[in-house]
Amino acid sequence: MTTATQTAAGNSLSTGAALLTLMKLRTFIALFAVIIFFSIFAPNFLSTANMILMSKHATQNAFLAIGMTFVIITGGIDLSVGSIVGLCGMIAGGLIMYGVALPFGYTVYFNVFEVAVIVMAAGIVIGAVNGLLITRLNVAPFIATLGTLYVARGMALLYSDGQTLPHLTGREDLGNQGFSYLGSGTILGLPVSVWILIVVALGAAYFARFVPLGRHIFAVGGNERASRMSGIRVNRVKMFVYMFSGFCAAIVGLVISSELMASHPATGTNLELNAIAAAVLGGTSMSGGRGTIGGTIIGAFVIGILSDGLVMMGVSSFWQMVIKGLVIIVAVVVDQAQRRLQQRVTLMQMAKAG
Amino acid sequence: MSGSNDGDVILELKAITKAYSGIVALKKADLKLRRGAVNVLVGENGAGKSTMMRIIAGVERPTLGEIWMDGARIHLDSPADAVRHGIGIVFQELNLFGNLSVAENIFATREITRGIRGIDHKAQVEKANEFLNRLEAGIAADTLAEDLPIGQQQLVEIARAVSLDTRILIMDEPTSALSAAEVDVLFRVIADLKARGVAIVYISHRLEELMRIGDYVTVLKDGQITGHAMVKDIDTRWIVRSMIGSDAKDFAKEVDHEMGEEVFRTQDICLPRAQGGYAVDHVSLGVRKGEILGIYGLMGAGRSELFECIMGRHEHSTGKVFVGGEALKGRDTTKRIREGLALIPEDRQREGLVQSMSIADNLSMASLGQFLRAGFHIDLKREKTAILETIRNLSIKAKNPELDVTSMSGGNQQKVVIGKALMTGPKVLLMDEPSRGIDVGAKADVFRTMRQLAGEGLAILFSTSDLEEVMALSDRIAVMSNGKLVTVVDRKDATEEMIVSASAAGHKTKRMHA
Repeated sequence: MTTATQTAAGNSLSTGAALLTLMKLRTFIALFAVIIFFSIFAPNFLSTANMILMSKHATQNAFLAIGMTFVIITGGIDLSVGSIVGLCGMIAGGLIMYGVALPFGYTVYFNVFEVAVIVMAAGIVIGAVNGLLITRLNVAPFIATLGTLYVARGMALLYSDGQTLPHLTGREDLGNQGFSYLGSGTILGLPVSVWILIVVALGAAYFARFVPLGRHIFAVGGNERASRMSGIRVNRVKMFVYMFSGFCAAIVGLVISSELMASHPATGTNLELNAIAAAVLGGTSMSGGRGTIGGTIIGAFVIGILSDGLVMMGVSSFWQMVIKGLVIIVAVVVDQAQRRLQQRVTLMQMAKAG
Repeated sequence: MSGSNDGDVILELKAITKAYSGIVALKKADLKLRRGAVNVLVGENGAGKSTMMRIIAGVERPTLGEIWMDGARIHLDSPADAVRHGIGIVFQELNLFGNLSVAENIFATREITRGIRGIDHKAQVEKANEFLNRLEAGIAADTLAEDLPIGQQQLVEIARAVSLDTRILIMDEPTSALSAAEVDVLFRVIADLKARGVAIVYISHRLEELMRIGDYVTVLKDGQITGHAMVKDIDTRWIVRSMIGSDAKDFAKEVDHEMGEEVFRTQDICLPRAQGGYAVDHVSLGVRKGEILGIYGLMGAGRSELFECIMGRHEHSTGKVFVGGEALKGRDTTKRIREGLALIPEDRQREGLVQSMSIADNLSMASLGQFLRAGFHIDLKREKTAILETIRNLSIKAKNPELDVTSMSGGNQQKVVIGKALMTGPKVLLMDEPSRGIDVGAKADVFRTMRQLAGEGLAILFSTSDLEEVMALSDRIAVMSNGKLVTVVDRKDATEEMIVSASAAGHKTKRMHA
């Protein structure tokens, strides 16, 4: 009787461990599943042109998702990134088309590089506003970034009275041509934006592992009180993650307006939801403390490939939304199941050991 | 343990094991509850009594093991399941709804209704009064629960459990808040219930009470059953022996070492309380190199608050802190740590560990700045070497430092928190209740570590509410009461009576320390 139950428990332990490994690899499995599925059912899915197009789309989600991952790991959320994308796109367009009018009759124009730097700084500043609201004024992250979501979008619309800024080609006499490079240039056959993503992603992954501030992100999200007691400057960590998220959003704003060679104030609407979905799909825990940059990138590509593939198959856009939603829900359900299973396996091992 | 097999068993726990993250609270424990008898359960704090009762009450589910009732295996997956099986419980902590009346509390979840016309409050009050009168409680059933003093609230809890017509009634330290007269009433109620065939489980620390009321006694120690007998066959000495075990407490006060000059001093540390007065009241004390200073005090004496002030956790605190003769300038925890202080917080789970991180990450999280190259790059190799060295020095049982910190036992988790503090290279170590929530073996281990660290020249301040602990571990003993530092004595000159009376000095009503 006793031996029977023991072996039964032993079996369930090892199957549990196997199931656990499978669950941990779920994002990878999902990525291969969507690729295989679409290469069978969607014509031209595997063509080079399509691959490059899809990677461009996925890249936009991935940038936002990297910033979002750090924010979520600290236990927060950044709803304002979609609006920052829109506002930063407008700033870029405005700087190229109109420059900055100084009070004494002169207008200063910047070259494309300077424009990019200014726009990124603008993204960081909006992120800093989020951070200050959250750390200094103790506003809940959800509410603070919901507020900046509306404010930033409203400012983007006010900037041009809701109009699109078209033809951002620049003028030769002003020396601000070449804005299209960011969105449509290629290096070694890969789009420039993909290269930038590789740099940002590697940088973020390095930061999370090798820089004290990066490590502290995980500690703060895992247990804020314990972090504070250990001498970690919690507010500084939180400021950083929201500023970094703003920076990532600014890059997306630049990339999108460069791709279209136009700035539209509604650009980026709902992108924050894609970013959150990508992070969650990649294994980032909404309760904080857990997540990886690698997982998030895979998550962003799963979502990107899923939506593009469904378009290629001619699935109605209404069904696309339903499918995307289901995928996200399943991802979280599996995540929860994994955590419960993990806990059971460890507890069983402990109970057996002692 | 003769004669423990007769009697009419109603509920049996078979080889119950319950593991929480970090600690195995019960290890293959068996328990038999008998009808019409008072089954007493005793054991030290953390022995697993409450866990066992929570399993019987359906609040927790056992990790391994079976529960049998009347010869059939049952599953208790929720408190509602337990109630359906006729199991009632009076918890140690009060579980009343303060905003509801006593009657509403008693009939919560099984209100007396008049069909669709809603709750029959009048009938509820009448029936509630009936139960309360049986307890001679002198409580009107229509008063608000929060308006009652604690002792009477406890009686309401008991009335609720009695009103459930339970076959098994668990009482977890029911007398801790009752006056002597109320205890007599309670015991009469228990005798009455017993006569009606109810199996009563009675948990208490007061041994004389157990001897008076118990029929069967079961002793728990570190999650295991160490003794089971009929009360008439045994005496209190037997209980104490089973509770503590022969290997009593090993406090490991071995080598006497030389103490150096004073490295740490506080001067007039004050922390105002929100409702007036001081939580920490002008505390000045010093610690020498290699010395262990034990701060004894009751709950609310201001020990934790003093430590928090020293670590710069309270903006409103005043007073000066000196390390090595220099007044500290930094006001926040980060700077204090850099200036050579480190704190092991009282609440390990909430303030000590980051549960989502590995053992290694927890150890190094406070000291990453030491492993930098070029000002920002963490040298993983150096970090790993330092982590392994700490694990070895403190003999932390961690086969793989990359595992989650929650996979360790409580004592080892505590050592991880200590290791984290030590890796910052402190001159002074503050330890707030370092033995809280760890089992006896791990305690001895932690104490040995403290001795060893003091021997290596660290100045240690620790706080405790355990008299034995402060007497055995300290070189000097400071007693705090109501925010004030009452006295500081050499251990050689200290007596237990002296310390107890000093710890009560600041309280208007003297409270005995249980």
